[in-house]
Amino acid sequence: MGIEGIGARVLRKEDKRFITGAGRYTDDHKVAGMHYAAFVRSPHAYAKIKKINIKAASKMSGVAGIFNGKELTGDGIGNIICGWMVHSKDGSPMNMGAWSALATEYVRYVGDAVAVVIAETLEEAQAAAEAVEVDYKVLKAVVSAEDAMDPKAPQLHPEAKNNIIYDWEIGEEDATDAAFAKAANVVEIDIRNNRLVPNPMEPRSALVQYDAAEDHFTLHTTSQNPHVARLVLSAFYQVAPENKLRVIAPDVGGGFGAKIYIYPEEIVCLWAAKKAGVAAVKWTASRSDAFLTDAHGRDHVSKAKMAFDKNNKITGFKIETLANLGAYMSLFSSSVPTYLYATLLSGQYNIPNIHCNVKTVYTNTVPVDAYRGAGRPEATYLVERMMTTAARELGVDPAELRRKNFVQQFPHQTPVIMCYDAGDFGASLDAAMAEIKYDSFEKRRKKSAKNGMLRGIGMSCYIEACGIAPSAAVGSLGAGVGLWESAEVRVNPVGTVEILTGSHSHGQGHETTFAQLVTDRFGLPNENVQIVHGDTDKVQFGMGTYGSRSGAVGMSAIEKALDKVEAKAKKIAAHMLEAAEGDIEIKNGEVMVKGTDKKLGWHEVCLGAYTGHNLPEGMEPGLKEGAFYDPTNFTFPAGCYICEVEVDPNTGVTTIEKFVAADDFGKIINPMIVEGQVHGGLAQGIGQAMMENAVYDDDGQLLSASYMDYTMPRADDLPSFNVSTTETLCPGNPLGIKGCGEAGAIGSPPAVINAITDAIGHNNLTMPASPQNVWAAINDGGMSEAAE
Amino acid sequence: MYETNYHRAKDAADAAKKLRSSDDGMYLSGGMTLLPTMKQRLAAPSDLVDLTHIKDMNKISVTRKDVVIGATATHAEVASHAKLMKVCPSLCALASHIGDPHVRNRGTIGGSIANNDPAADYPSAMMALGATIITNKRKMKAEKFFTGMFDTALAEDEFVKAVSFTAPKRGAYSKFPNPASRYAMAGVYVADHGKGDVRVGVTGASQNGVYRAKDMEKALSKSFDAAALEGCNVDEGDMLSDIHGSSAYRANLVKVMAKRAVEAAAS
Ligand SMILES: Cc1cc2nc3c(=O)[nH]c(=O)nc-3n(C[C@H](O)[C@H](O)[C@H](O)COP(=O)(O)OP(=O)(O)OC[C@H]3O[C@@H](n4cnc5c(N)ncnc54)[C@H](O)[C@@H]3O)c2cc1C
Repeated sequence: MGIEGIGARVLRKEDKRFITGAGRYTDDHKVAGMHYAAFVRSPHAYAKIKKINIKAASKMSGVAGIFNGKELTGDGIGNIICGWMVHSKDGSPMNMGAWSALATEYVRYVGDAVAVVIAETLEEAQAAAEAVEVDYKVLKAVVSAEDAMDPKAPQLHPEAKNNIIYDWEIGEEDATDAAFAKAANVVEIDIRNNRLVPNPMEPRSALVQYDAAEDHFTLHTTSQNPHVARLVLSAFYQVAPENKLRVIAPDVGGGFGAKIYIYPEEIVCLWAAKKAGVAAVKWTASRSDAFLTDAHGRDHVSKAKMAFDKNNKITGFKIETLANLGAYMSLFSSSVPTYLYATLLSGQYNIPNIHCNVKTVYTNTVPVDAYRGAGRPEATYLVERMMTTAARELGVDPAELRRKNFVQQFPHQTPVIMCYDAGDFGASLDAAMAEIKYDSFEKRRKKSAKNGMLRGIGMSCYIEACGIAPSAAVGSLGAGVGLWESAEVRVNPVGTVEILTGSHSHGQGHETTFAQLVTDRFGLPNENVQIVHGDTDKVQFGMGTYGSRSGAVGMSAIEKALDKVEAKAKKIAAHMLEAAEGDIEIKNGEVMVKGTDKKLGWHEVCLGAYTGHNLPEGMEPGLKEGAFYDPTNFTFPAGCYICEVEVDPNTGVTTIEKFVAADDFGKIINPMIVEGQVHGGLAQGIGQAMMENAVYDDDGQLLSASYMDYTMPRADDLPSFNVSTTETLCPGNPLGIKGCGEAGAIGSPPAVINAITDAIGHNNLTMPASPQNVWAAINDGGMSEAAE
Repeated sequence: MYETNYHRAKDAADAAKKLRSSDDGMYLSGGMTLLPTMKQRLAAPSDLVDLTHIKDMNKISVTRKDVVIGATATHAEVASHAKLMKVCPSLCALASHIGDPHVRNRGTIGGSIANNDPAADYPSAMMALGATIITNKRKMKAEKFFTGMFDTALAEDEFVKAVSFTAPKRGAYSKFPNPASRYAMAGVYVADHGKGDVRVGVTGASQNGVYRAKDMEKALSKSFDAAALEGCNVDEGDMLSDIHGSSAYRANLVKVMAKRAVEAAAS
């Protein structure tokens, strides 16, 4: 591996600029002639727009233009799309309502954009936006998914009767029912997966430059996938053809899914810059905008039951889930509660029969889409709370119940599409149990009890699907795009290397890890390798970063391109050294003939490639290769998390005493970065479990709309994590990588909640386990989750 | 933020004069509450009259047990004042847990009590310590000064110059922080002034802002012991209820925090 190759803890190259304030985020860019956009947003959750009066506003100083939704659609700007078609169980396509980047007739959530003001300064734009008078007819809103399905509920879109978007199923219902009919025991749970606000550190931002002479746009934006943004902006929204639109996602301060989507603001700024005749327009979200308009995550309610035979082997699993998708269908919203969720309901277990029904509905809340984990945390939470509840009800140890039902042989075809390729679930369970000293827990429980405290232990054995995804497979499931990745390796004449990748780094450390592949292969110092990403003018195409795909898919594309570079370099070297190609070896920055002292410096071979003075017959000069990599399967990171808590029964305050994570991520390129990803994921998962909660009131006003009311996890809320890894290689990609970006957020919530329910002695606890909810659970047996 | 005019007051008279001559002016101290509100365009004072450069108005003086704290003394200054620490450590401890270091280095005691946020910490201390609030016009007892959530007896151009009190024999503040904002969700300041004079100031929990828990005071004046609070009833009907805590939960917290404060003071 060498000190900077695969497996080395190389310090993150990008951190120098990030921690010295030298990062260049979208909002840091300033250009000549730059104007500012301010949006007029709906203060109502549901209303009809009667009139928009811009008379006073348009006369205000600095105003270059004020535009509304009718003008936008009139100019042919297309409606915002959902890129994944899901069919209901009766075969009908999902019922998608129209979403215009500026509302035309109705506003459907608080924050829905109604008009935009373009002005010379930010203050002028904001002042004029406030002076725009919108006359609304306020309508009764509906905010919870359960209420939305009531036939008497307000109807949000004419396309979706009773607000139902689709009524989908997976698995065999008859076979599952038959398993229940024969069951020795049936365990039931009601589960609510709380709604979350993604909260990347950097708020969304867009800077549009419009070159009127060339009719060309450049968009700097906070995107996890600039090429997808360009594709969608051009093909569906018709703001400009692809060759007239350059999209740059420069340094991006966190995404967590929320920056996958193309939001109204980018579309409107592109269109409005040209319409107002200005050279550039910038918009940056305030933190309040972020709370109100970034796509939220989760928000499921489920009822589930599991059937066991007399030996406590699982024979069936049946689930009904209701998912709130908000006011409009965001880009991948349809896939999250279906193909990213229900396909993982088998967990780490051998479950012969599974059936899941999912209904999704419109409500007067901000759209809900993928957020770190996307569907997989919801599945894991359901399965793992079920396993612990079952163990409690069946009177067996939760670890033993899990172990008894683990999948042992691979590949394993589940009844819900996924085929697990490799894993060793027992190994991570053993590692985690040993680390937390599971066997001596009861002693610690007694000790806490002496101090008047309730101690509990809980586990979660998660599995998830990453490396999305085989293009043909997702295509057959309704995806509008392929999910391969591309890479180009450019070797310069002096031997330094540039890697152009379609993956996008917004905190993941690609500039370091991707370079480690080159170091590992050619022995070049890490600093001789530059990673280029996030610019559609530089990188030919790419699908971007989400779903923990940059390692398994993005790096695999780089590996493929490196294979080609290596092959050509060897050919050139063999020719230069007058040796057989098969005898050439590249090591430590040198190119040598095996078993001899004949060698060349790597840079000499590279220079040779570019001078072209002495190349093999017919070979093109240069040393630059590209590759597209389309994965053959999903990858399946898995592991075991165990959490130990102490609860103060007087206040409900819960302290995590110890948290152990044993993950199997396959091959690890940089353990330090992987640990960082796990730590961050755990913080978000524990945040969901104990703190974070997006709450709307009955009128659709977001009550948790700032950090005064939305509890973000802070360093002092979290324990010092105890993380380790076990390794089974992923057979599906050249490096054996499974992915690690989301596991922490996926696996941890049930471990925490299972620990708290263990401490309080019953299962009736709503997530987040805030002090108030835990106190209520202790004192009045808690509120029923479904009834909350 | 809307446009505003900034003025730096030279002295107390100058401050009041500048405020009176403005259209819709406001006093500014640490700005930790006012500036965020202005940035969100929720407040739009025409003029800001900065009090923090008035000479000596941030002075803390301790003579035996008599304490005077100037209005512009920051939370950090209160938290770390050596003489105050000797006579009234519970107030230093309270100040040391307000917000974060940035807030403590800017925010002032005058700004805090003038704002009378129902979740702010200082008001409970003012009640329990029997403090006198000294303004540019008059002196009044804390109970007269705090008139309800975000409301005080201050007139338009009146501002807090200082607070004064006699340090209690013993005291303690116990705070249950709101998990999100970390303001008080229930904060109880217990001060034993001797001779059966025990005062209990409660913040964070009540719909009417800071209050004195008279029945707790009575129970504690008989026996300064956490067990004495067992029989006290905190009326749920008076408590705030929001996404962080129902009124029942807050009522429970008031009692738990009161007991913890008594335990801490007694130890
Ligand atoms: C992140 C954060 C966390 C916080 N956490 C807490 C907490 O845990 N507990 C807590 O108690 N507080 C907390 N605060 C509030 C903080 O203590 C403020 O500093 C305080 O409430 C206001 O003081 P200031 O000096 O900043 O006042 P300013 O913001 O300058 O003024 C506040 C108001 O008081 C008026 N005013 C200011 N000075 C005077 C005066 N001398 N006389 C009359 N009127 C005056 C102003 O006109 C304004 O209306 C927090 C604040 C922040 C930003």
